[in-house]
Amino acid sequence: MAVKTVLNAVNDALRTALRHDERVVILGEDVGKTGGVFRATDGLQAEFGEARVFDTPLAEGGIIGVAIGMALNGLKPVPEIQFLDFIYPAFDQIVNEAAKFRYRSGGEYPCPLVIRSPAGGGIKGGHYHSQSSEAYFAHTPGLKVVMPSTPHDVKGLLLASIEDPDPVLFLEPKRIYHKKFTEEVPEGFYTVPIGKARTHREGDDVTLVAWGAMVHVCLEAAEKASERGVSCEVLDLRTIVPLDVESVLAAAKKTGRVVIVHEAPRTAGFGAEISAIIAERAIEWMEAPIARVAGFDTPFPYTLEHVYLPDAGRVLAAIDHVMGY
Amino acid sequence: MASEVLSILTADGRVSPSAVPDLDDGRLREMYRLMVLTRAFDDRGMNLQRQGRIGFYVPSRGEEGLQIGCAFALGKDDWIFPSYRIPGLAIARGASLETMLHQVYGTGRDACSGRQMPCHYSLRPQNFVSISSPIGTRIPQAVGAALAMRYRGERSIAIAFFGDGGTSSDGFHLGLNFGAVYDAPVVFFCQNNQWAISVPIEKQTRSETIAIKATAYGIPGVRVDGNDVLAVYAATKAAADRAREGLGPTLIEALTFRMGPHSSSDDPTRYRPKEKVAEWEKDDPLRRFQVFLARRKLWDEEFEKTCVEEAKEAISAAVTAVEKAPPPAPETMFEGVFETPPAELALQRDALIRLSASGQLTGRDDGYFPL
Repeated sequence: MAVKTVLNAVNDALRTALRHDERVVILGEDVGKTGGVFRATDGLQAEFGEARVFDTPLAEGGIIGVAIGMALNGLKPVPEIQFLDFIYPAFDQIVNEAAKFRYRSGGEYPCPLVIRSPAGGGIKGGHYHSQSSEAYFAHTPGLKVVMPSTPHDVKGLLLASIEDPDPVLFLEPKRIYHKKFTEEVPEGFYTVPIGKARTHREGDDVTLVAWGAMVHVCLEAAEKASERGVSCEVLDLRTIVPLDVESVLAAAKKTGRVVIVHEAPRTAGFGAEISAIIAERAIEWMEAPIARVAGFDTPFPYTLEHVYLPDAGRVLAAIDHVMGY
Repeated sequence: MASEVLSILTADGRVSPSAVPDLDDGRLREMYRLMVLTRAFDDRGMNLQRQGRIGFYVPSRGEEGLQIGCAFALGKDDWIFPSYRIPGLAIARGASLETMLHQVYGTGRDACSGRQMPCHYSLRPQNFVSISSPIGTRIPQAVGAALAMRYRGERSIAIAFFGDGGTSSDGFHLGLNFGAVYDAPVVFFCQNNQWAISVPIEKQTRSETIAIKATAYGIPGVRVDGNDVLAVYAATKAAADRAREGLGPTLIEALTFRMGPHSSSDDPTRYRPKEKVAEWEKDDPLRRFQVFLARRKLWDEEFEKTCVEEAKEAISAAVTAVEKAPPPAPETMFEGVFETPPAELALQRDALIRLSASGQLTGRDDGYFPL
């Protein structure tokens, strides 16, 4: 099996896309010569030239505005926002422009672009290099939001996003960029469908629902729970919008006990949406209240980041809670 | 003219006396001492990061002259909206080394309880406003702070610091336009160190200079040799005086060079030739000033030794003290979101404390910053 990191998978997907489709271009801060601050675009400018992989001035609104124009006019731009925390100057372009172009033009001007951005904590980056703000974007009709958790899914979903006819925000959990995985990452072009969750572990007692880096926290918690005789199902959403409601409901009904885990602050986090859907459509299967383990309702801290981030211990406490209800 | 560069110090230290700002010998020597201290602080910061004792550091090597020149040109009631590359300005305004290092270490004695990553100081006693990583956001904020000063009839001004990369941000446009429209008592100070991480100034703007951008907003733009502490002092003093007189903002472009990496995580050998760095090393702001002071008999080897040794000793003493400080308690994370914590947040805090007390938390403090 090919051992790849999430970061290798991003780079592989981008190289594959640049080879596969000449309309694909990459732009962003430091993406060119130095290959991105995380090296996600390493070697791409050398291989494909400055016309296809280029540095931008330091202005996220400019990066996304320009990418939108390219998308409207036949290219497939894959802009990088260096950290998700820096995306807000581009919020107007994303929310009011990219996400609404298809709708407001009656389909005359679709806007297929893929905004890549490292997201989430775990690298001691403080307030401005750690945020997990997927819920702001999930609240925007017209924008797809993808956040995979393994190299196979990263590559396949990034290629699917680039193929997609609509704008996609592709969030890369940077905390696991360098983690070595032993799952098969195929060579060349393949896609993983947007909007399909993935079951990482089958279980009968409790369903853990997560996305991005939190999937691995859930897997660690599930392993520990099994040592106590509690069997956990781990569902990785992979895509937040569109949400795989069918898989969420099936997994919830299967165990009757649900713990949702996300890094973002609890209030109005995407876990609230999942919880509401389960409550609306599967409440009669529930054996216990739906539980959430989330980031706290504080800005992301620096020194105490390891306390802020949900860990297996907090997930286990929630598992105990729903099992003991 | 927006393309002329104000310069006072020459390579051989022969300076026309009329060009030298009105600073007495004691002040001149103090400026030098603070430049040495700034460099020593940065060098130690980088070393601490390399030794794994702190997580991250942003060096300002090569930009000591502009920091100390500004520090002497500004009043204590003036407000600084800082970039993350001016620690020397904070120290020169009286921030103690221990205060600075508590922030860098993120200890429990840091004024904001280790909430921000290193080098993101907040120093109210020095009117040094809390730093954020986004680069242009502070520019319009400085305009607002300046308008508040004018509203109350104060003589103070605000000054915003940003890099050449920051001039591409929307905040730069917003700040210059609003500041100009209101004739705000504000100074916009661009540390043009030629590099925004890996992107050189040529790829940041097609303008011949950064100063020339001021013309479009209807305010003066001046270029100053940023490695010349006296020229920076003179330019900043002139711009601040102008703002104090109610004549509106000035954009200052200080030409300098980022001699080190963007941060402790950056490797500039990937994207810039060593010769460029060597070229600028010849123009080291400390050496430029030293030659001038020596010619005036204000500097000799002994003064140098004293400055360097006292700086190192003071920093070492502060490091020793700060390393004894405990990390912030988990409950401090919940303080300061609002003045009064909402009930729901208090519940979250209490639940965390219970879990922590029962030993159930498993999170590891193993984050590593790559940028």
